[in-house]
Amino acid sequence: MSRRVVITGTGAVTPLGVSAPTLVERWSGGESGLEDGTGTCHDFEPLDFLSRKECRRADRFTQLALVAGEEAREQAGWRHETPYPPERIGCIVGTGIGGISSLESQGAVLREKGAKAVSPLAVPLMMGNAASAALAMRFGLRGETYGVVSACAAGAHAIGAATRLIQSGQADAAVTGGSESAMTGIAKAAFASMGATSPSGISRPFDARRDGFVMGEGAGVLVLEDADRAAERGATVLGEIIGYGATCDAHHLTAPDPAGTQSARAIGIALDEAGLSPDDLDYVNAHGTSTPLNDRSETDALKLALGDAAGTVPVSSTKSVIGHLMGAAGAVEAVATVGALRRGIAPPTVGWEEPEEGLDLDYVPDRGRNLRLPQPAGDGRRYAISNSFGFGGHNAVLCFAAT
Amino acid sequence: MPTQVNPQTAEKVITDGLIEVGAEPAEISREATFESLDVDSLDLVEIAQIVEDEFGVELIGDDVQNLKTVGDVIDMVVAKAS
Repeated sequence: MSRRVVITGTGAVTPLGVSAPTLVERWSGGESGLEDGTGTCHDFEPLDFLSRKECRRADRFTQLALVAGEEAREQAGWRHETPYPPERIGCIVGTGIGGISSLESQGAVLREKGAKAVSPLAVPLMMGNAASAALAMRFGLRGETYGVVSACAAGAHAIGAATRLIQSGQADAAVTGGSESAMTGIAKAAFASMGATSPSGISRPFDARRDGFVMGEGAGVLVLEDADRAAERGATVLGEIIGYGATCDAHHLTAPDPAGTQSARAIGIALDEAGLSPDDLDYVNAHGTSTPLNDRSETDALKLALGDAAGTVPVSSTKSVIGHLMGAAGAVEAVATVGALRRGIAPPTVGWEEPEEGLDLDYVPDRGRNLRLPQPAGDGRRYAISNSFGFGGHNAVLCFAAT
Repeated sequence: MPTQVNPQTAEKVITDGLIEVGAEPAEISREATFESLDVDSLDLVEIAQIVEDEFGVELIGDDVQNLKTVGDVIDMVVAKAS
């Protein structure tokens, strides 16, 4: 029997604001953080949280992770010292792209002023593991630490890897999540060029009129702990990660397998590990990108994996209100899912109005809705899955329990 | 045209550079060590780039990394320029 992994802290910086509760409450109320076709963290001012030196030594994606991490650490009650030896705490953080704005600005320096003018900070700013390195250094964590790069599944993969790290006994705790800030000229042009982003600038997952995703930035960080250790130190438990399934489509560079076979298999693996049947699920936090392909194949995958239960469980997409945070998406959505379960609310897919043939799940339009009461035969907890799928055919599904 | 190097201009450019890389202005003096200013090898490369940009004096290489204090860098820039 592997060790159980509980969540004792969550933090999020998103276009809806700087904190995890802000994200969940505003989303549940049907508010959107999207503006002019992008999801920018307007409320985030790095110098409010970090010194001038820390700011210039961190790309924005790392700054976002540090601030989300501080919120999670504070909630976990780790403020002054870690509750376990630093060697027993890992730090695994995902990103889709890493410090692309730093790379682009140094590319301009190279072209304009030559190689000798390129900043010595260019590499540590842009490297994809910068956020995990910065969090580990700030918190003094000396266990297994690295970055995860799996496009839009990175945040979920990171949390899955951190969960495995604790389950295996290699660590007693981990700081984990995902971070992204990639709304640069080249990234915008490249996503538009491949037809992934929305020409209309509107994120409306699962709606017939959807035409691509809206780029967003932000970070989500969770503190995970071995359940027994957390109980020994009297930590407040926010939820538990009870299942994790990860698979690959091996189908296409970017397009999901239209049949949804492998994403369905990831859902099945997560539910099996959790010991749940599809009827036990109270909520599904969808990947729901607002792209024509994802939302159709994800709907089909949910039907494949959940059977009849797919027709009754509320399914909603965080991306309807913050856009697609790419490598941060899975982590921010994990934070949002736990927050939703704890509040007993299925937040809405804002903007969903027009159904499409075959896209016939309960997508929770307009406003958040109360979840059903915990199952009488159960343990008083509610259950949810959060899906994340990335270019490359990467599928990562996390299963949560919370009261 | 690069700025003329003298002890005053060197001190000003290097002080501004230290502030740029995040050192506390009030703690900067000729006697201050880089360690006390929390200025590391990456910062020193940036200072060397600023100096070269301003004065055309090349410091990149091992020159800077062996120096301990702000005054050491100022003196080296002045010495190299003359």
